[in-house]
Amino acid sequence: MSPEGPHRALAGSIQKRLSPGFALDVQVSAPAGITIVFGESGSGKTTLLRCLAGLDRPDAGRIAVGERVLFDSPSGCNVSARDRGVGFVFQQLALFPHLSVRDNIRYGLHRLSPEVRAERTRAVAESFRIDHLLDRKPSAVSGGERQRTALARALVTDPDLLLLDEPLSALDHATQSRIMADLRAWNTAHAIPILYVTHAHREVFALGERVMVLDAGRVLAEGTTHDVMEAPAHEPLAQLAGFENFFDGAVVARRPDAGTMQCRLAQAGIPLEVPLSHATEGEAVRIAIRAGDILLANQEPRGLSARNILRGRVRSLTREGPTVRADVDAGAAFAVHLTPGACESLRLEEADEVWLIIKTHSCRLVEPSGALS
Amino acid sequence: MDYSAILLSVKLAAVVAAILLGVGLPIAYWLTFSRWRWKFLAEAVVALPLVLPPTVLGFYVLVAIGARSPVGRLWTSWTGHGLAFTFEGLVIASVLYSLPFAVQPIAAAFSQVDASLIEASSTLGASERRTFFRIILPLSLEGVIAGAVLAFAHTIGEFGVVLMVGGNLPGATRTVSIAIYDSVQALDYAAANRTALLLLAFSFVVLALVYGLRRKPLVAI
Repeated sequence: MSPEGPHRALAGSIQKRLSPGFALDVQVSAPAGITIVFGESGSGKTTLLRCLAGLDRPDAGRIAVGERVLFDSPSGCNVSARDRGVGFVFQQLALFPHLSVRDNIRYGLHRLSPEVRAERTRAVAESFRIDHLLDRKPSAVSGGERQRTALARALVTDPDLLLLDEPLSALDHATQSRIMADLRAWNTAHAIPILYVTHAHREVFALGERVMVLDAGRVLAEGTTHDVMEAPAHEPLAQLAGFENFFDGAVVARRPDAGTMQCRLAQAGIPLEVPLSHATEGEAVRIAIRAGDILLANQEPRGLSARNILRGRVRSLTREGPTVRADVDAGAAFAVHLTPGACESLRLEEADEVWLIIKTHSCRLVEPSGALS
Repeated sequence: MDYSAILLSVKLAAVVAAILLGVGLPIAYWLTFSRWRWKFLAEAVVALPLVLPPTVLGFYVLVAIGARSPVGRLWTSWTGHGLAFTFEGLVIASVLYSLPFAVQPIAAAFSQVDASLIEASSTLGASERRTFFRIILPLSLEGVIAGAVLAFAHTIGEFGVVLMVGGNLPGATRTVSIAIYDSVQALDYAAANRTALLLLAFSFVVLALVYGLRRKPLVAI
């Protein structure tokens, strides 16, 4: 229908004041394919989608898909939601409860002839594997099938852009990835930009080629999932990338020749060597450490290259799926991940004395939440 | 029993309920979905008949449709006779008097429809009209039926407005409640009792129906 490739990319800038203390102010661009929009609740994700769909009106900005302008505040252009050609899958799906799966799917095809409607409905139902459910009511199919119905209903109209507002969050991992595989397959033929909003960390890695991180109404980072996650510069990003430990500290001494800095944590004055940054001596810093990057020893280690060795005591041991989480009090509280096997061979018990081993480069300096450069 | 009075009441109530269904749907839609800041004034006007004495409403309707009023004159020039003390006059007064009984349950049902269904409909390219007929109305059917039934029942039972606007002309404006009043005035308690009992039974059945409907949703969610 419409041209493929970059001609169908989404490009927009949106400003919208939601309350005296909160405004959405983002530049958004998405090529064909799935872009994850990640942010904690209240970061403005849903408002962004609603502005793109024409359900909310931005205070200012411009939205275009390919050559087609959907919103442009200087010229007063504001294409209504019904004419935007933007598919929207709501968090609660919003399937019409009184209509069958078939009637839900073909609801958006009312301008077409009955033959075309039937053919398009059949084709999309097949793509999403719900062709055997067409005569049932949404209340009579499973959760995963409801999500498939909602996707089929949005996509059968052949939209230029698809917006998904956390529609799969309630599903188990396996069901979710099967549905996403079908969505990807559908999109190889159609090549439209798909924005997938989520606040679940694991979905970012599992689903997206590209990610855009929202924090407090602004874009914190965007790019390929790998690039954004490799070097998180901000605390929300670091949380997203799997960092569990965050500490306030101050720079004590810089060692440019060694490429390191000596820091002191605000809690208990724990000394920690971290990679060199632009921070000056005395400056406050925020340090992030992955729980999986900390080693545990049950006796004081000697002859190690690691620069940071802290003595502490195990407060609690918790099984979290395939890993064990040890909460260690070393003056400050540290979360450490280890395998059940390691936990057993160390004969680790609560209240045991342990040593934490942290490599300098496992300590990452981040900007605290809300602070933007 | 005064069968012509019963028949007239049923006819009046049916006509009024039909008109209120036609008028009540758009008014309820507007009251539910308009974002006009002075909307509450309109809501107050619609609710007025709930608190106003029927004689007050009847009096103003009588003045408004009287032979010297613009409405009355226009009607006379069209039909050759006046509006006051006619069946048509009764219909106008009853529509106004029963308006909130139709509009309020319908508006309540409209506001119960999940807003995301309405938004989903618009993102699927549906006009407001299509959204109304395909989504809002089917999901509000229960409230719409309740509104029509209540309007019908309320019109059957009215007295003061009919007396003010219709007078008491057998076959034209003499409704059941007036017939009961007449029987009592004539000290014919037996006749009054028969008609009153009928009205009581009817009202109970109607209300039981409305409440029964509410318990059993028409649409399985």
